[in-house]
Amino acid sequence: MVTNSRPFSIKRMPGFSLLALACFFALYMPLAPLVFYSFNAGNNIALWEGLSLRWYVAAWENDLVQSAAIRSVVVAVIASVVATSLATMAALGTTRTRPYRGQTSIYAMVNQPLMVPEIVTAVALLILFALIKESTGYHGYAYLVSAHTAFCIPFAYLPIRARLEGMDRVLEAAAADLYATPWRTFTKVTLPLLLPGILAGAMLAFVISLDDVVITEFVKSAGQDTLPTYMLGQLRRTITPEINAISTVLLGVSVVMVAIIFFLSRKKT
Amino acid sequence: MSITVAVDVRSVSKIFGAGTGQEVTALDDVSVSIAQNEFFTLLGPSGCGKTTLLRLIAGFEHATHGSILLEGAEISALPPFQRPVNTVFQNYALFPHMSVSQNIGFGLEMQGRTKDEVADTVGAMLSLVKMENLKDRQIDQISGGQQQRVALARALAPRPKVLLLDEPLSALDLKLRKEMQVELKRLQHETGITFIFVTHDQEEALTMSDRVAVMNEGRILQVGAPHEIYNRPNDRFVADFIGDTNFISAEIIERDGNEIRMRLPSGIEIMIPAPPDLPQSGEITLAIRPEQARIASDGDAASIQGSLTDEIYIGTDTQYYIDIGTTSPFVVRVQNANGETQRIPTGTSVGISVDAKTIQILRD
Amino acid sequence: MSTEHISNNESFESLEVQAYQREVRRNLLLSTPALIVLFCAASGPLLIMLVFSFLTAGDYGGIKWQFSTEAWFQVAFYRDIFDETVSIANAHVSIFWRSIKLSFLTTLVAFVLGFPTAYFIATRPPETRSLWLFLVTIPFWTNLLIRTFAILEIIRNQGLVNTVLITLGVIDQPLDMLYTDIAILLGMTYVYIPLMILPIYASMERLDFRLVEAAYDLYATRWRVLARVILPLVKPGVVAGSILVFIPSLGAYVTPRILGGGKHLMIGNLIELQFGQGRNWPLGAALSLTLLVIVMGALMVYVRSAQKEGSGHGH
Ligand SMILES: Nc1ncnc2c1ncn2[C@@H]1O[C@H](COP(=O)(O)OP(=O)(O)O)[C@@H](O)[C@H]1O
Ligand SMILES: [Mg+2]
Repeated sequence: MVTNSRPFSIKRMPGFSLLALACFFALYMPLAPLVFYSFNAGNNIALWEGLSLRWYVAAWENDLVQSAAIRSVVVAVIASVVATSLATMAALGTTRTRPYRGQTSIYAMVNQPLMVPEIVTAVALLILFALIKESTGYHGYAYLVSAHTAFCIPFAYLPIRARLEGMDRVLEAAAADLYATPWRTFTKVTLPLLLPGILAGAMLAFVISLDDVVITEFVKSAGQDTLPTYMLGQLRRTITPEINAISTVLLGVSVVMVAIIFFLSRKKT
Repeated sequence: MSITVAVDVRSVSKIFGAGTGQEVTALDDVSVSIAQNEFFTLLGPSGCGKTTLLRLIAGFEHATHGSILLEGAEISALPPFQRPVNTVFQNYALFPHMSVSQNIGFGLEMQGRTKDEVADTVGAMLSLVKMENLKDRQIDQISGGQQQRVALARALAPRPKVLLLDEPLSALDLKLRKEMQVELKRLQHETGITFIFVTHDQEEALTMSDRVAVMNEGRILQVGAPHEIYNRPNDRFVADFIGDTNFISAEIIERDGNEIRMRLPSGIEIMIPAPPDLPQSGEITLAIRPEQARIASDGDAASIQGSLTDEIYIGTDTQYYIDIGTTSPFVVRVQNANGETQRIPTGTSVGISVDAKTIQILRD
Repeated sequence: MSTEHISNNESFESLEVQAYQREVRRNLLLSTPALIVLFCAASGPLLIMLVFSFLTAGDYGGIKWQFSTEAWFQVAFYRDIFDETVSIANAHVSIFWRSIKLSFLTTLVAFVLGFPTAYFIATRPPETRSLWLFLVTIPFWTNLLIRTFAILEIIRNQGLVNTVLITLGVIDQPLDMLYTDIAILLGMTYVYIPLMILPIYASMERLDFRLVEAAYDLYATRWRVLARVILPLVKPGVVAGSILVFIPSLGAYVTPRILGGGKHLMIGNLIELQFGQGRNWPLGAALSLTLLVIVMGALMVYVRSAQKEGSGHGH
């Protein structure tokens, strides 16, 4: 007699759950020693010598780390705020409108940084900025900020556009019907409804700017290390748990940001 | 010009997608005058251009040709926020980030009324639509019927000269819809505002309106009081769209004063009253309502002969389907007296008698 | 009367056109600031790079303003300094080949692991589904450098993997995994796999499981249901995921630099060399553009298949 140990399930595929759980394990397993050794009391990232926060303190007191961290945050704040403003305007100009000539070109141009490999953009910017540096002698932060702003635009644009497309034009028509001028329609109806999308876009842009390695590495002038390029430089030397401590903090920032974005994008109105 | 005309639509056409190769003529040379304080209904199947006409009056679209006048003044160039016209949108379009009273007060606030004025009017509107106890609710916390009332109150609060209602009842269930029909009539009566109401439901149009305009494919086919539209349709589409109708073709034989003599397919000749501009000869279509025809008793002079194919009981009435040699059977509807139906075996040869005065001649 | 009527008509006709023109003007005005920034710091520089690829390399880095096709020639060929003989540039060809091979393998492994994972997430009950999704999203938004560093730590000789294997007695000498192609493959798969899972999941989420029921009803086995019903229906997600993994893999710079240890170069590192020790800016520009062309080719394939999908199913 045949006995079925398990009832037939439409959705079950043999081995899939196992592979999936293995995949999740593989996604998080490598992060465990990274976080773990950031609390090591010893000098080594492989030999556990007891629990301590000394590497967090060391990182905190390291002038290079401090200035790189501040630089990272300042650049990310400026780039994400500017990029989000520009992306919001561009999203308003490319969605929910009758088709017009140039619309697809604008769309392609806004999304260009997503399609071109980072290394290519980085090298192209290096060349352009070298030319400008040579002819003007200016070596300031404008290079870094403008590069970051540019590649942040599509990341801010996408959630804003998605939100706009899900937003009914009729609400704005209703506002106009009730005597609101275009500007007041924008401030009283469009903007409040768009806000979750704008916040999500701004945070994505912030994370993207904060995490960038390649473009920053090629564009920065001397003494303009951000946290990621500082770490990249450190990886060439003997690695101390200081790197683990910095990584753990950055990891924490990412988790918090993603959690907020997740929450924002799932909220209905 | 008389001030009693609220909205005057003059030869308005609207072509969407002009120059794209996918042109849609949503409105085709539409002219109509709507009187002040009138409950005016645009009736027609989905896609016939009703919403487009409302949007033109509200100012959300611009006409391709023609002009629109509000109380005698040209308004085609005014943006929506400068037109004293408010809309109740098809799915209400209530602001989801505002409370019930904030929604109702929005228009007043935008008009720059003082805080007290806004509060007073919002209070009055809340009581007008019986929503006082829900004034602080968010929009997603009230039912569809309640949203409907808020949408009405919001559009009425600024006291517009004309209220446009785009199928406002279509999302409600039958019972609520009936209630709101009465409610809407009451509101129109109490406020004295001109209502332009859009529906695709002929029953709703006939019960609520002072006048109805029947639309199809971007044109207004007939404008008139409900009983005129029902009893005197002048177009095959109107006759077909409103109520049930039997169509039969007839041949004109001769005119005799105000009447015309014509021959039915059965060979029988009848005389019916006819308008003077009817042609002197040729084929013509006649419309006969099922309830205005009778199964001829033995002694009656029958206009049409046929054989009974089906008998269907529909509660208050019984419908008899009679094959008279045309493609679709002729339907006669008879009211069931005392719940009794008049049983006739199928296949029986029967005569149909029609009062000549109830026969409608169609131009098509 | 007739003249008035005509002039009226004309003014309304233009009202409609005016409204459209106003809308277009508004749209362009709103988009312009973003376009300016993007032109200055994203598209414009590519054009300058194109110009640079046709210039002569300076003796100590930089360029000389002299037209030359030498850089493009050097992408594929090698000219001997002494006897001017021309041969295929083996180093370049092998680096391009390695990059394409590794990117392809990365895509394949990511698919083999990512597809079941996406399926797993899509078949969870709605309450837990977003939690699993969240778990994929976190690594996606975590610094790429940190994730590569994490891989570096666990595959080192004293790293977690070797330690565990030695403790278990599977091996007695640590495996030399670091600075190999395998390390790069592992690192890129780890770093880019969320880009495979997320689009496949997006397709899978919209999959109507009644179709799967119908297939079972018509006597299909599990594997046939998978191959004949599920896979074809989520193909757009699979293609999108593959492109999203393949393209950044091909242009990868950080991961091969850290895990390849400077010996196992990929195109990204080869390009960097031209701006560092190699000091041949025109060649670097030409190599970058070559990479860009390959990437655009891959994107084109994607667009094609997306279009075919669209017309085939009448979306
Ligand atoms: N913005 C638009 N662009 C193109 N065609 C439209 C637009 N709005 C309406 N139409 C078309 O115009 C016709 C009339 O539409 P509408 O006025 O909405 O009809 P109704 O409200 O009677 O259902 C339809 O064929 C519709 O497809
Ligand atoms: Mg409509």
